[in-house]
Amino acid sequence: MGFVGHPYIPNTREIREQMLREIGVASVDELFADIPAKIRLRRKLKLPGPMSELEVKRHVHEILARNRPFTKMLSFMGGGVWPHQIPSHVRELVRRSEFLTSYTPYQPEVSQGMLQALFEYQSMICELTGMDVANSSMYDWSTSLGEAALMCSRVTGRRKFIVPALIDPERFSTMQNYVSGPGLELIKISYDQGTGQLDISQLRKELGDDVAGVYVENPSYLGFLETQVDEVANAAQEAGAIFVVGVNPISLGLLKAPGDYGADIVIGEGQPLGNPVSFGGPLLGIFACRNEVKLVRQMPGRLIGMTTALDGKTRGYAMVLQTREQHIRRERATSSICSNEALCAVTAAVYLASFGPRGLRELGEACASNASYAMRKLRTIRGLKVPIFDAPHFNEFTVNHDDIGMSLAKLNAGLLKQDIHGGKPLRGEFPELGEAALMCVTELHTKDDIDRLIKALEEILG
Amino acid sequence: MTNYRQAKWASDYLLEPLVFEMGKPGRSGYTLPPKLHEQLKIPKNLLREELELPELSEVEVVRHYTRLSQMNYGVDQGFYPLGSCTMKYNPKICEELACLEEAECIHPHQAEGTVQGALELMYRLERFLAEIAGVERVCLHPSAGAHGEFVAMLLTRAYHKLKDDGGRTQVIVPDSAHGTNPASAAMAGYEIVTVPSDGRGRVDLKALEAAASEHTAALMLTNPNTLGLFEDKILKIAEVIHGVGGLLFYDGANLNGILGKARPGDMGFDIVHFNLHKTFSTPHGGGGPGAGPIGVKGELEKFLPVPVIEYEEKNKLYHLNYDRPHSIGKVKAFYGNFRVLVKAYAYILLMGAEGLSEVAEAAVLNANYIMRKLSNVRGYELKFDSSGPCKHEVVFSVDPLKKETGICAKDVAKRLLDFGMYAPTYYFPPIVSEALMIEPTESEPKEELDRFVEALKDIAEEARSNPEKLRSAPTSTAIGRLDEVKASREPILSWRMYRKQAGR
Repeated sequence: MGFVGHPYIPNTREIREQMLREIGVASVDELFADIPAKIRLRRKLKLPGPMSELEVKRHVHEILARNRPFTKMLSFMGGGVWPHQIPSHVRELVRRSEFLTSYTPYQPEVSQGMLQALFEYQSMICELTGMDVANSSMYDWSTSLGEAALMCSRVTGRRKFIVPALIDPERFSTMQNYVSGPGLELIKISYDQGTGQLDISQLRKELGDDVAGVYVENPSYLGFLETQVDEVANAAQEAGAIFVVGVNPISLGLLKAPGDYGADIVIGEGQPLGNPVSFGGPLLGIFACRNEVKLVRQMPGRLIGMTTALDGKTRGYAMVLQTREQHIRRERATSSICSNEALCAVTAAVYLASFGPRGLRELGEACASNASYAMRKLRTIRGLKVPIFDAPHFNEFTVNHDDIGMSLAKLNAGLLKQDIHGGKPLRGEFPELGEAALMCVTELHTKDDIDRLIKALEEILG
Repeated sequence: MTNYRQAKWASDYLLEPLVFEMGKPGRSGYTLPPKLHEQLKIPKNLLREELELPELSEVEVVRHYTRLSQMNYGVDQGFYPLGSCTMKYNPKICEELACLEEAECIHPHQAEGTVQGALELMYRLERFLAEIAGVERVCLHPSAGAHGEFVAMLLTRAYHKLKDDGGRTQVIVPDSAHGTNPASAAMAGYEIVTVPSDGRGRVDLKALEAAASEHTAALMLTNPNTLGLFEDKILKIAEVIHGVGGLLFYDGANLNGILGKARPGDMGFDIVHFNLHKTFSTPHGGGGPGAGPIGVKGELEKFLPVPVIEYEEKNKLYHLNYDRPHSIGKVKAFYGNFRVLVKAYAYILLMGAEGLSEVAEAAVLNANYIMRKLSNVRGYELKFDSSGPCKHEVVFSVDPLKKETGICAKDVAKRLLDFGMYAPTYYFPPIVSEALMIEPTESEPKEELDRFVEALKDIAEEARSNPEKLRSAPTSTAIGRLDEVKASREPILSWRMYRKQAGR
């Protein structure tokens, strides 16, 4: 297939010849003459293609057919990214090419649509989290956490940051990389073996005047709720540390806004708000804080603000406080983030506008209720301990398999044979929990689905 | 001049109400299947009492966001000459493939045997990118260009640390660099040393030699640079940096101009990053999601984030390997922006080797065409070397027009919007006063380039005949110029803040 008259390159050979003549250049090669001969590539790149659209379509279909989508089996996978229903109109709207093919709204006059949609996203995240200010997105939860730790340190001038020991180890690893520049010290606080709750006395011991921030998650990585948030908030406040809370926003139709129990910064993973799981990317890092000048001026990422046109009357939106950002401040910027996850944020806005307060509450109840039913049924199976921690849970929970007389790997393999994808093994992450798995249940699971899991487990375990 | 008019809705002073100002209590835009009725044990101190979200029917939601989309300008509407952003056409087939159920509905924790397709696609894409850039190994994890830069700086530090070379505290950045470069290096804990450009618009070699020392961890360089000029002394630059034991990082923002013509790896770069949302045509989505993979040469490979994808010949299976003792660990959740990767993979297959070098040729020809045509227009001038060709973009200065009429680059850019075109990047790079940074890409037909040059010519004439018209431009867009000073001085960043300020 040739490239004369290629569908993506409108200028044909003839037109290009004409253009070259018009600007007095003998050949296209002359335009590359400034590349030293020594580094000029003298051969074709070794790549397959070019292929026609039809061939590419067939080829990609063929490769991807080697995936087994969770829509075609019964899956209980969560752990940082969660399958939910995505209404068709949400998908349809965010695929509109006016959004899809635009750049960062540097020219607000022709980009009001994107700017307003992002302002609405920021606003709805504020309502969910109880914060006043939200940025227009970070890459994902884990990078939001890294940036939050850095921000706490900038705001307080302190160099220690406290996290719970039961944090997702991959999220922790990302944070370690983020704070490695200024060399912040990360301290893990242990938990009550029975309930998973943060060890408040250890927290109080560690909370000196050198601690920049205290971080908890609600729901936690392992699905249980951290119920002592008021104590944590008080302890942090007394020590002059910033209180950071990580959330799954789907829970916030049901659960209290972290701002209402003292959070200063709220972060989280916005993927479940209408964004597909997509093998873990793209995701949507939530980042919000209270409206205090010392906080807002240290925020990372883009902020969209409401203003007026120069007529002073017509309402409009623009990127604001850009002096925090890399393109103005260079090495003194609050972060290097430039491209973010804007379209995922617009998706979240459309999703939240569709569900509204009632929908989000119902959704939260459905997730928690279905998970609660799953836990209750799983407890009927001999040898399973469900959940490991005696605490309220949202839609994820842990299962201990020490007493089933079979390895978790073998059990999961058996389930997979019946088109059921069991929980995520946790042995590599938390060996102290034994042969444990993390399971996720959402509104996608019906009673029949859960009963099917139970039946399959009973069969496999005899 | 065109009759371009951007859509706007609602009343004179309100283009479209905020979603919070719409709807009525009791309306909803969702349905849910029946749920189970279990007793929930959520303690009272964690239960929500109220939530202020809009209440809209699906119809209203669809109309609202459709209207907003009509007040947004994308590549599918017209010319988008935004310098250094490579706003090329995004093939629809790539989007369609990324939305397949087999791409969207797979979970990163699924058993490896159930995601072999995803792993194979990523494994193959890594190798395509490695060949294109002339490096040995590619990691697809970073979410965006700046993220790739940051990861590259973490690798740089790991590399020097393993050599027990702790004194390397500086990263050198040219004054023409993208702002993300110094910001990313600073985030990784480095001190920034800026080197000036020479009269030809390239890195000043003498200054570079003076800046390079045993403290140098790396040089970050874009090639072609942000003036659209090829750093033709690149081999000497590499020699200087490698000579003092530093690494060379390639900012891939401008790779479109040399695709298939030259490779960063062959120029001496040790770490490379790619902007898949620029060069490989995955759309920008109004600011993201993009993808910013990085590529490295030999010795650096062992530091890459985990997991890496491997192929086991024996059982013909792709596998995620976490057992990498020198790895820097994780830089984000999971393995990269997978759906973006699918689009880039499809794009590379559509183009092949031949197509990618055609892309570079057509893009560079378009930029040179604009450079030559516009340099004949009174009011615009090239500040640096204009004897040779430019690459993917060209930077003009509006200085002559400003001196003559007082009209500045921003006025010119804003007026262009009235012509139904997006504006070039302006006031960047900072080393060019009154800069207009123009990147036409390969996607534009000659007629559109001619129309662009004509528009700039008309605007220069207007600057002389009716400067007020320029200062009040644009008028064809949904809204005129915004009060950005007020927007930052008294920031209103959410509906909450708005209501508080308005006392509602």
